[in-house]
Amino acid sequence: MTATTTITTTVLDVGEAAPNSQKPVEHPIMDTLTQSTETVGQPLCESATLRMRHVNVFYAETQAIFDVSLDIGRNEVVAMIGPSGCGKSTFLRCLNRMNDTIEGCRVEGELTLDGEAIYGPKVDVVPLRARVGMVFQKPNPFPKTIYENVAYGPKIHGIASRRADLDEIVETSLQRAGLWNEVKDRLDKPGTGLSGGQQQRLCIARAIAVSPEVILMDEPCSALDPIATARIEELIGELSENYTIAMVTHSMQQAARVSQRTAYFHLGKLVEVNDTEMVFTNPQHPLTEAYITGRFG
Amino acid sequence: MQTSTLFALLLLLTLVAYGSGFSRALGAARKGGGVRNLASLPNYYGMHTALWCGLPALLLLGVWLVCDDSIIRALVLGRIAERPDTLAGQHLLYTQIQNLAAGSLIGQPTPELQAAAAYLLSLRNGGQILQTVLVLILSVGFGSYALLRIRPEFRAREQVEKVLRKLLLACACAAILTTVGILLSVLFESLRFFRQIPVTEFLFGLHWSPQMALRADQVGSSGAFGAVPLFTGTLMVSAIAMLVAVPIGLMSAIYLAEYASRRVRALAKPVLEILAGIPTVVYGFFAALTVAPFVRDTAAAMGIAASSESALAAGLVMGVMIIPFVSSLSDDVINAVPQSLRDGALGLGSTKSETIRKVVFPAALPGIVGGVLLAVSRAIGETMIVVMAAGLAANLTANPLQSVTTVTVQIVTLLVGDQEFDSPKTLAAFALGLMLFLSTLILNFIALHVVKKYREQYD
Amino acid sequence: MTNPTSPAPLTDKQSQVRERIAQRLGSRHRKETMFRLMGIMSVTFGVLVVLVLFTDIIGKGHGAFVQSAIELEVDYDPQVLGIDSVSPETLALANFDAVIRRALQARFPDAVGRNNRRALFSLVSSSAPYELQQQLQENPQLLGQKQILWFTADDDVDTYVKLFADNKRGHFERLSEQKVAWIQQLLDSGELKKRFNTTFFTNGDSREPEQAGIRAALVGSLLTLLVTLALSFPIGVSAAIYLEEFAPKNRWTDIIEVNINNLAAVPSIVFGLLGLAIFINFFQLPRSAPLVGGLVLTLMTLPTIIISSRAALKAVPPSIREAALGMGASRMQTVLHHVLPLAMPGMLTGAIIGMAQALGETAPLLMVGMVAFIVDVPGSITDPSTVLPVQIFLWADSPERAFVERTSAAIMVLLSVLILMNTSAVWLRKKLERRW
Repeated sequence: MTATTTITTTVLDVGEAAPNSQKPVEHPIMDTLTQSTETVGQPLCESATLRMRHVNVFYAETQAIFDVSLDIGRNEVVAMIGPSGCGKSTFLRCLNRMNDTIEGCRVEGELTLDGEAIYGPKVDVVPLRARVGMVFQKPNPFPKTIYENVAYGPKIHGIASRRADLDEIVETSLQRAGLWNEVKDRLDKPGTGLSGGQQQRLCIARAIAVSPEVILMDEPCSALDPIATARIEELIGELSENYTIAMVTHSMQQAARVSQRTAYFHLGKLVEVNDTEMVFTNPQHPLTEAYITGRFG
Repeated sequence: MQTSTLFALLLLLTLVAYGSGFSRALGAARKGGGVRNLASLPNYYGMHTALWCGLPALLLLGVWLVCDDSIIRALVLGRIAERPDTLAGQHLLYTQIQNLAAGSLIGQPTPELQAAAAYLLSLRNGGQILQTVLVLILSVGFGSYALLRIRPEFRAREQVEKVLRKLLLACACAAILTTVGILLSVLFESLRFFRQIPVTEFLFGLHWSPQMALRADQVGSSGAFGAVPLFTGTLMVSAIAMLVAVPIGLMSAIYLAEYASRRVRALAKPVLEILAGIPTVVYGFFAALTVAPFVRDTAAAMGIAASSESALAAGLVMGVMIIPFVSSLSDDVINAVPQSLRDGALGLGSTKSETIRKVVFPAALPGIVGGVLLAVSRAIGETMIVVMAAGLAANLTANPLQSVTTVTVQIVTLLVGDQEFDSPKTLAAFALGLMLFLSTLILNFIALHVVKKYREQYD
Repeated sequence: MTNPTSPAPLTDKQSQVRERIAQRLGSRHRKETMFRLMGIMSVTFGVLVVLVLFTDIIGKGHGAFVQSAIELEVDYDPQVLGIDSVSPETLALANFDAVIRRALQARFPDAVGRNNRRALFSLVSSSAPYELQQQLQENPQLLGQKQILWFTADDDVDTYVKLFADNKRGHFERLSEQKVAWIQQLLDSGELKKRFNTTFFTNGDSREPEQAGIRAALVGSLLTLLVTLALSFPIGVSAAIYLEEFAPKNRWTDIIEVNINNLAAVPSIVFGLLGLAIFINFFQLPRSAPLVGGLVLTLMTLPTIIISSRAALKAVPPSIREAALGMGASRMQTVLHHVLPLAMPGMLTGAIIGMAQALGETAPLLMVGMVAFIVDVPGSITDPSTVLPVQIFLWADSPERAFVERTSAAIMVLLSVLILMNTSAVWLRKKLERRW
């Protein structure tokens, strides 16, 4: 933070830009970003489940992610934080190739899951997405019964050959998602009839029913009330015993509560990654510090 | 005075009324301290006067034009001692009198006819004069009344707007009037039909041959009105059409919405929409001259006998006509399914087709069903294709290669040409029309309801 | 918490699941390909049908824009004509037929015998004497002189020239060998040629295909559409304004709305029944008249126009209304001065589409008697007339082969007008519609 020249940045809009961020942001701290794209902290680890190296993402001609490298270890919870439009959701959607559904989106770089490439001409997204499940911002249960919602994945993938197996998968998934006791008597009722928090847990149950290795969560609590949020956070803690979890969140408190490591994104660049405690108590990068102390965001 | 001249005069009077209302308001304003003291702008006073001057007179003129022919006819025919009983006979007689009055009757008229013709002429002349006088009195009278009411404190704008609002409402009610008109016209004639032919025979009879015997001793034309062959024919042609239109329309909508690249979509969509804009008579021509011979020859090549006018040909072409209808309705419905559901399914590792078949399609099903019902109602009511390609023979058959006839075809054949409104042959068309109207109405009602409910679900 | 937890191997369950998924991948991807293929096939089918339809119609109809004509040297011999001066009275009595016959006889002196000569005389259309009469009427000085003229050929000759003359393999059963020989002779010497068919655009209907044209039907369509437009546009727009801007939310408004939506889906033929029962039988309006046709089509297009006009009104943002109301304008003033002008392009687009629909409509017009055989061009909205689609329907029923060609040509004209209307609607929407 030596120079004090002011630079103007435009927001890389990936669909979540807040109204005020459309104005050019003028702040001396922004400066540091232009000087280096080096990530501060510990982005890499030795034996990682997910390994990302030099990832660049483009929407048509606009670049949304700039040279991001990050590892996520087995059964680790990594939180991704940063201001609106910083590319954290875009980055998350690269991990199970959900960006493929967006026309004109292009991903460069080396991404591997357990050493196998995620992108590549020969990679089949179907089994990939079974291994890397996803929970979305807004609960999106299918307009089917609760049972059918959870059984959907195992059915399409042909995981359960018998009805009894399917029943068992549904039950264990719902139990793991902490929803079993609430819905066991009404499995044949539509999933859309549940409350918001229950719906989100149903979506989590749906995701874990296909036994994924990684679960991606894109602001899973942003549409929920505080009590439902607490319930989900608790659930994330329980799930991290068995699953690798990458989550995007808007709430720094949430990141602090549930994650082991936290990655701070800014304008498509990964600024800092470190142990969560470290990031929130002793941020290494001035931008991170500015963000967590609430000077912008 | 000629009606058109009268109309022009009325327009002129209305203009004059506007002008005088306008200037009178200005005059009143000048006395009372300027335009600012008027309750409304001066042109509203003009409009108010013009409305009073024109509207009542115009209404009278309209009613007069609608009614005078029927009244004169009734009066003239009332003068004739020996009126024929049948409607057709009366019509013929009246035409004779009209021709006589116009001086173009060939042959020797009876004195009674001559008297009637003279009476007709006198009624017409008298009516014309009476009409002119009444219209002018109404126009000038109400116009002056409105003119005299102009005071600075008179709220002309509110009055004018009230009238305009009523006019707008009247226009909106045109739709209701149309429905009532349709119902009355088909219901009334149908009742007359059912007085002669029992409803049960019409609904459940298996034999349709509406040609009535001209003479009692004629053979083979007893006149049978069992509409079942028509219903089955209609159903068969519609079913064939739906078999073509629903899968193809639905699949092309799905393909264009979910798979096609932007360029393919931009090219293919307008081309498919062309199908929707082609008049049905063109499809009929295509069906009769190209598809029907093709079907016949293909069947013959396979050793099957096929009629040159077959249900299959008509149904196929009708299906093609309905494809864009089904596809645009399904397109709307599919696009209304939120993207988050697709994301959810794709995120679990579904293939695109699994997402569509197992998540998008079930979610869109109510809307698609509604669209298909609307398409069925179109197929049932479609006329020209079947008139030109399905044939006239009322066969009770399940063979799509035979010629069948439909409700609409029979309506057309019964009503084109000479009509006798007291013979069941002509009235039968209205009974068929009633069935058609009711069935499509019910289908539409259900379909629109389903679609509306579906839209509310995702709004 | 500095080091991430060390990686653990996959659980048994997970690897079992992986295996199961991998087993089924092949068949799932095959299904995916099949599904996609079905979609491609459906779209291709639709596009193909459009292509087939258009090539079929154009292939059948393009020939009607030219017509065979035979060159003959005619002698306006006063004696043959039986007149000594040219005046309207003498022209009406003159024997032009004989002149034509003489000319044909002079061209083919070998035709002897009654049958042969009758065949010879039927080479030219029965309209030839009228064509000759017109010549003489315009140029009275020709009396007593000779002139070389092109006469419209008979429809059988025309059909032969268009369909059989080029490839000699076909045999046209309606022509005798003798006649074919004459035609070939004329063709070889350049006395039989295909010329642009003006008759098709200047004549009304006729029993003789070579004399039949679409003018009467075109004018009839135009008059009918004028009536429809003059009634349905103001009524439709007014109804839309009422429903969108003034209607209170109550049962009545609901009923009107449901009614309009239902009416939009009522089969068109039912409107024809209404026209027959109410306009013709009850109000005693003239049959076969554009007035009645226009009234019926008005009722039919009204729902379309109301629905599209409402959509156009809905697209005007409420902020415009609020601004005007805030300035103290009344609701009526707001709507008439501010909302309506902004919604007009959308309404016009809807009106054009409604008119295109009305132009292509056939069935309801059959009900109100617009199927009559009309030769004369209608002059007013109460004259008996027909419309283009009905003309197509009538010609499609005619047995003469030459009518197939004319039907297709009439369809080409109709489709061109429709495409023009629809494109202009799209253009208008793009050009005038504002995005808010």
